[in-house]
Amino acid sequence: MSSPTATAPNYELIQQDGLETSLLEVSMGPHHPSTHGVFRMDVKLDGETVVDLQPVFGYLHRNHEKLAENMSYLASMPFTDRLDYFNSMTNNWAYALAAEKLVEIEVPERAEYLRVIMAELTRLVNHISLVGFFINDLGALGTPLLYAFREREKIMDLFEQASGARMMCNYFRFGGLRNDVPEGWLDRTREVVDRFPDFLDEYEKLLCENEIILSRTQGVGCLSRDLAISAGITGPMLRASGVNYDIRKVDQYGIYNRFKFRVPYTDDDVGDCYDRFMIRMLEMRESIEILKQALRDIPGGDIIGKAPKIFKPKPAEAYARVEGPKGELGFYLIADGTPKPYRYRVRPPSLINLTVLRDMCLSQKIADAVVILGSIDIVLGEVDR
Amino acid sequence: MSHTVGHEPILGKFPGLEWDEEAGALVVPAAQAAKIATWLRDNDAFLLDYCSNVTGVDYLEREIKEKVTNEAGKTETVIRIEPSRMDIVYHLYSMQKQTGPLVLKQRTNREQPEVESLTPVWRSCELQEREVYDLFGVNFMGHPDQRRILMWDEFEGHPMRKDYTEPFDYEWEPTPHDEVLERHQRGKVIV
Amino acid sequence: MTTSNTSPDIDLDNTTRTELERAGVIVSKVDYLYNWARGGSVWPLTFGLACCAIEMIASATSRFDISRFGSEVFRPTPRQADLMIVSGTVTKKMAPQVVRIFNQMPEPKWVIAMGACAISGGPFKQGYNVLKGIDRYIPVDVYLPGCPPRPEAVLQSLNYLQEKIRTQDIKSDPAFTKGRRQYTVPEFTGKDLEPPYNPDVWQPPTNPNVKPLEEATA
Ligand code: SF4
Repeated sequence: MSSPTATAPNYELIQQDGLETSLLEVSMGPHHPSTHGVFRMDVKLDGETVVDLQPVFGYLHRNHEKLAENMSYLASMPFTDRLDYFNSMTNNWAYALAAEKLVEIEVPERAEYLRVIMAELTRLVNHISLVGFFINDLGALGTPLLYAFREREKIMDLFEQASGARMMCNYFRFGGLRNDVPEGWLDRTREVVDRFPDFLDEYEKLLCENEIILSRTQGVGCLSRDLAISAGITGPMLRASGVNYDIRKVDQYGIYNRFKFRVPYTDDDVGDCYDRFMIRMLEMRESIEILKQALRDIPGGDIIGKAPKIFKPKPAEAYARVEGPKGELGFYLIADGTPKPYRYRVRPPSLINLTVLRDMCLSQKIADAVVILGSIDIVLGEVDR
Repeated sequence: MSHTVGHEPILGKFPGLEWDEEAGALVVPAAQAAKIATWLRDNDAFLLDYCSNVTGVDYLEREIKEKVTNEAGKTETVIRIEPSRMDIVYHLYSMQKQTGPLVLKQRTNREQPEVESLTPVWRSCELQEREVYDLFGVNFMGHPDQRRILMWDEFEGHPMRKDYTEPFDYEWEPTPHDEVLERHQRGKVIV
Repeated sequence: MTTSNTSPDIDLDNTTRTELERAGVIVSKVDYLYNWARGGSVWPLTFGLACCAIEMIASATSRFDISRFGSEVFRPTPRQADLMIVSGTVTKKMAPQVVRIFNQMPEPKWVIAMGACAISGGPFKQGYNVLKGIDRYIPVDVYLPGCPPRPEAVLQSLNYLQEKIRTQDIKSDPAFTKGRRQYTVPEFTGKDLEPPYNPDVWQPPTNPNVKPLEEATA
């Protein structure tokens, strides 16, 4: 049971004064408060130092792909909500994009704007919750998480008003959105967006230069640029390792080419936990910029294009991806001319970002392994699907 | 939009390399996958340094009805039998050149599927190939750590295959639940 | 605030009771006091399985504030918890661990099955790796439907549980008389879990419209 490129440091057991020591094996999880769900790490410890680590998956394997292959295209839409349950809107979007590649449907202007607004609000929700959980993993039990969830609730309310559900929005349709936002929704959104930077200021003042956070995260869990690219890391984690790669810029799906925003990334070749944390804080600011522009320019009009009544694409293959808050979320669909997809595959960013968990944790302290896992930002619904 | 990678320059370079027009994918001949992949990764014209998505596709034996025009000028329907096969699909991008995707496919049989692992070329294949091994039963030669990833170790069978039958653990329930009810009516209910 | 009747089922007229209370004397039953204390300080287990766990966390945060009902002390270890909120999809791979965690909890202990998934498999019911209801292996006290249930619903389910706790009788309740309840931990086999359900806890419902086999053939 060894993993490819990273090899455990050559370990010799210390024998001293006739005392024999041995490695301690700890199974962290699947029920462990810091594993963000039902994830398990089999850790081998020498004292407190991690000498080997094996991630164990599958405790939330809900057969999403198999189920989706046995139902019509649209029926899978609510299931995509439950993949990465923090970000139902971006999941919806990725799936809608893939389906729109199979059957050409034009998306109306207003829907495109609303899609961007929803996706960026989702990014805010994800990043604040993540930062809250991350600080929680550092040992600050409760308080930052409460702050984060306070802000999250404001955005949850917006989602609820628009789609009828707090978390599982099921709001996107092939060719647009399910329904228009209610009256006054845009104004309320503007209000929330305008006040969000105040919260970020508060949060940054509290956390970004906090002595404890600095010493717990700087230089911990280093990930080099080359390894990040080769291991297919995406999202904030990749940018923290110094790669300027954002699918919103590269693919310019939807109408992202109309907005002015910057992509934060570090300028050196290694990223540590602090970089990953900071990238997310900065990304929130950019999301707010996008939101402001979108809320300013949004036109009226239809919100769903002319989609065929029965969604029955001709035999073809399509792969569509979006920049989800956790990384590249892709959907790979193979149509065979029936109303059900022949093959339905989700490219889960959380799972692939975990490829390097072992490399980052080796020869760190066990307490840091928790921090490193927190900084990767995984959601088990997506890791195991 | 990112620029797609042209496949024409690659075709001549390796014998046996095919372009599948319908799927829009390069079909790699057996036992050359790793070589071609390394070349694609390192060649300056492509620099496909990022392998995004790895997955398997299981094709059962299918009958395909096709309309053909025969010599007399009439159209007639011909039934063609497409043999079963197993595809392993790789979606490749270039982070340096910001291009992609290029779709790479390895083809193998369903009965004893065996392909070359591309984990030595791109680390990102590691967990995804393990997943394909678990759910489709494809053997990846050269994979450093091939074991089940999602199902438990004692598990038998490969659930994502099209002909997998799941254990029957439904029971009658007071609410009609489409398929469950149907199975119940067929009398297959555990009581 | 109206004071609730602290001496239910005790033959005591109201004036005497108020007078006694004024003097600092409460006439009550041990059951009542014990259950009141228990119900007001249920300690849930920090135990999240899937999406529903996020709403469970949300119910503990400042907006919904589960501490109004005395349950803010989330405990990560089962040995200090009384309440297990099964929040999310229980897969077959996870089911043995859930039962094991339940076995480790001390008595008295309660279970809330939160969300459609924990009740019956929910949207994922047809999946090959999804357990069709956690009540196949452990007894459930409150079923909380929803996908996911709103945080308010979590609080209401807690209220229902407290109501249930109030009716407990210390002398006869199995939680107090039988010692720690432990259930068989299912084991992995090639296809499924063994046993597929625990017959002591759960029996599949029978269809009233279908006659038993002997009757049908006779
Ligand atoms: S009931 Fe719905 S929200 Fe809850 S775990 Fe199941 S799918 Fe997720």
